[in-house]
Amino acid sequence: MPEYRWPDRNERQVLGKRVSRLDGPDKVTGRAKYTSDVNLAGTLHAKFLRCPHAHARVTSIDTSAAESLPGVKAVRVIQGPGKEVQWSLDDIAVVAAVDEATAEDAVRRIVVEYEVLPHLVNEDDLGKAGDRTKQPSEQVKGDPDQAFQDADAVVEGEYGIPVITHCCLEPHGQVIDWSGETLTAYQSTQNISGMANQFAQPLEIPAANVSIVQDHVGGGYGSKFGADSWGLETARLSRETGRPVRNFLERDAELFVAGVRPSGFARIKVGAKKDGSLTAWEAESWGTSGLSGGGISMQVLPYVINPPNVRKKHTGIATNTGPARAWRAPNHPQTCWLTFAALDDLAAKLGMDPLDFYLKNLNLTERPDLYRKQLIRAEELMGWRKKWRARGQDTAGPVKLGLGLAFHTWGGRGHNSTARLVVDPDGSVSISMGTQDIGTGTTTVIAMVAAETFGLPVNSIKVNTGRSPDYPRSGPSGGSTTVGGVCAATRRACQLALEELFEKVAPRLGAEPSELEAASGRIRVKGKPYRSLSWKQAASRLGVTPLEVTGRNISASRRASDGKLIDSGVAGVQMAEVSVDTETGVVKMKKFVAIQDCGLIVNEKLAESQVYGSLIMGISSALTEERIMDERTGSLLNGEMEFYKLAGLGDIGQLVVEMWKDAEQDARGVIGLGEPPVIAPVGAIGNAVANAIGVRVPRAPFIPRRVLAALEEKGGLYA
Amino acid sequence: MKAFEYASPTTKEQAIQLLGAQWEEAEVLAGGTDLLSLMKTFGATPKRVVDIQGIQEFQGIDYIASSGLRLGALATLSELIDHPAAQSNYPSLVQAAGGVRSQQIQSFGTIGGDLCQRPRCWYFRNGLGYFPKDASGQDLVRQGENQYHAILGNSGEAAFVSASSLGPPLIALGATLRIFSKDGSRELPVAEFFRTPQQESDRETILKPGEIVGEIHVPPAGQVRNATYEVREKEALDWPLATASVALKLSEGNVAQARIVLGHVAPIPWNAVQAAKDLAGKPIDEGTAAEAGAAAVAGATPLSRNGYKVQLARVAVKRAILNAVMGGA
Repeated sequence: MPEYRWPDRNERQVLGKRVSRLDGPDKVTGRAKYTSDVNLAGTLHAKFLRCPHAHARVTSIDTSAAESLPGVKAVRVIQGPGKEVQWSLDDIAVVAAVDEATAEDAVRRIVVEYEVLPHLVNEDDLGKAGDRTKQPSEQVKGDPDQAFQDADAVVEGEYGIPVITHCCLEPHGQVIDWSGETLTAYQSTQNISGMANQFAQPLEIPAANVSIVQDHVGGGYGSKFGADSWGLETARLSRETGRPVRNFLERDAELFVAGVRPSGFARIKVGAKKDGSLTAWEAESWGTSGLSGGGISMQVLPYVINPPNVRKKHTGIATNTGPARAWRAPNHPQTCWLTFAALDDLAAKLGMDPLDFYLKNLNLTERPDLYRKQLIRAEELMGWRKKWRARGQDTAGPVKLGLGLAFHTWGGRGHNSTARLVVDPDGSVSISMGTQDIGTGTTTVIAMVAAETFGLPVNSIKVNTGRSPDYPRSGPSGGSTTVGGVCAATRRACQLALEELFEKVAPRLGAEPSELEAASGRIRVKGKPYRSLSWKQAASRLGVTPLEVTGRNISASRRASDGKLIDSGVAGVQMAEVSVDTETGVVKMKKFVAIQDCGLIVNEKLAESQVYGSLIMGISSALTEERIMDERTGSLLNGEMEFYKLAGLGDIGQLVVEMWKDAEQDARGVIGLGEPPVIAPVGAIGNAVANAIGVRVPRAPFIPRRVLAALEEKGGLYA
Repeated sequence: MKAFEYASPTTKEQAIQLLGAQWEEAEVLAGGTDLLSLMKTFGATPKRVVDIQGIQEFQGIDYIASSGLRLGALATLSELIDHPAAQSNYPSLVQAAGGVRSQQIQSFGTIGGDLCQRPRCWYFRNGLGYFPKDASGQDLVRQGENQYHAILGNSGEAAFVSASSLGPPLIALGATLRIFSKDGSRELPVAEFFRTPQQESDRETILKPGEIVGEIHVPPAGQVRNATYEVREKEALDWPLATASVALKLSEGNVAQARIVLGHVAPIPWNAVQAAKDLAGKPIDEGTAAEAGAAAVAGATPLSRNGYKVQLARVAVKRAILNAVMGGA
């Protein structure tokens, strides 16, 4: 068994380099085929009849007019008479027809009668939740009452952030081809290897007969792990009609039933000593994940900073809205904002620069040294000390500048993953894994790890993903676990393969296998590079039998023999500079600084790209993004992309991203990155807004309506 | 989308013949940026779509200093934005067209289409009409999410806002438009084109079934200083929260004549006549501009969640006036 480890930093040829993503040219030229591009001969189109009410019981359903429409091949009732529907746009019936227009026409001919039941769709006001509140849970640590009594400064505030949605550019959907005994699901997913059983069990078909296919996915963000009820219905339609059936959600359904992020609201009281030491925290929080109640998790509130004395209580509110799904760094963005808003207000009351306040309290975090270093570096990149002014120190003119900061943490340990590596006698190398590249550059980093290990060019490595069961199992792309999982599995497979290859070629080079190394496209004797074979010559020693090995990453493993390829746990510091027009309440991003560690950085360019994408998502959530429900009708009002407002290029300002590359973090191995940088933007931006205008805007997103309301409360700055 | 018949006439006479006597019979397709999205959600279900892009005489933008600017109804927003004479003489128009931040809509969307587009009110777009009500007859807008709705001209039932970007500057500039029908053509001020619907079967303009907007005429700019100012939540594609377009004739440093028209605050572009009158005879400075802003919203009747738009409209007027006179956008 080889010793599994990464090459020393100064010996790396490929790892850490700024390699452009291998699928980039295909994506920008349109050659890349997404699942929604799959177009099989004879495909039928499925359309769902969706419930118009937030809460209702189906009393009757008549599908006869749909069934008799020419071109309609199947009609299925999903929730028939007696069924209680708990949110609008939920599936009632589905039609498969020869084209989309016919299917839609047929859906509109289905007659359903409902008994409309009372609903609740908005949860921002805890006082109006009535019997929709779940039993609150409470936790206490230390002696918060005493701590507040002893505190020199105490502030109280109410803060909140609404439900937002995943908003995948490629909506949820699939094309299902159930042909004879086998089912092929062309699925838009972030869970290739975990998908077959989700079809097999409910449809009573052997999992071995289910194939999953996906080449590219247009966004998931945590919402595409499942086969989904509509996926199963699409499969049933395919079985019933004997033809491939395709369904992709309409935009309003995509925004409402296919995944949202829970809301989080909290009344928070915090206390500190004169010197800024944080001593006490009390919070009553609430929110919703849909019918289940839920909302944010108290486990990460307060966030990152853990005061010695804490009392917290959380109430979930059951709403008649589409159910929540994991949204990039579940719970963290909401609780980060709630925590850093309250602490920023406390720092203001203490008359402290928040940077000093946090530096003072880093002993309450799990990574004080790393946060300290990152805060100092972020300060340099932002010019914080030069720019920062205390709240209320006004400048001339209606447009005010402000600075804010927040920081975060995440796990990101690589998941279970198996790589099958084949070296053919002609020297070609392929790696197959039942993983998926959700836009993070997974295929590129797999190729880079192999190229590094074999001393070959990155583009000579063939990477196969997106098929099940054809390729060995890998994990779902969630929790930022993919990069660690696939890199460790690939590294092990490559090191094992080299060991076998060295055995084959050692006699030819007149050396022991242990004396060999792979570098610069050759297998050579260490220290004697003139005794070498080209990679191709070496591979030809395999004869006619390809070399095939399997490398595994076992996430939970702590065995020393598994080496130190991956780790878990990151920090990350973010600072925002905004301008606020106090006459209009318009907030604009000026500059945003993000410092992010993720252990060993496999590809600096792709790592930065992950951070950029996260920041843009975070800026949307801070400035404009919000699911808007009409309480009277119980329906979603902004189920399209005009009033479901995402930031565009003109909205994001200057983004300064710096990956953290010190030797200490590098030595920890590969750690996931996709989620951590999306956590802190709302906190940093919200605090920058408060710093600019001298008053807290308590709820995100920070739209003119809310900014002007906060200013008015302060005393009508604009009046 | 409901299946429909598609016609692509090449003359206005053919087009008019293809349009029906009822709205349900036919809709005019120009750039399609609004109609197609409405059809996809069954917000429009015409039996026939009459694509007028082939009508040459509705194309193009021409400028003659002595007679002014002729805008073909089929000229695109991009053509307007790129037109040198429009840029130098009618910045209020170019700024308003530039406020439509989608490159795709600028390239496809037409000037006539901008004037004829349907309300963006989310109750309207969700199929509930101009005057959405729940089962008990409660007014959904006034009882609901009205943060983007009207603060002026909302004393009747309608509380949506006109979505037109070009309506306000065209009215401020005193533009007229020409409408063609089987009875010939008629010309009327753009200010008279918009109206507040009184019943669901009305439209937001005086256009009747069988009529087409063919061209718009903007009088010579002469010494008219003009500007449009928008307040918006997003720099990227978004609907402004409030806009103001102003056109000012100055004489010896004082305002000789003014027009102030607000956008996105009422079911029609809102002509702030009194505010404009009050400005006459005064010099333009921060103070008089702010007074005009206050006067423009003096009669505002905000709904439960859109009081902030009063402030936005007030500031938009002030800044549009200052930009018109001092420059800047």
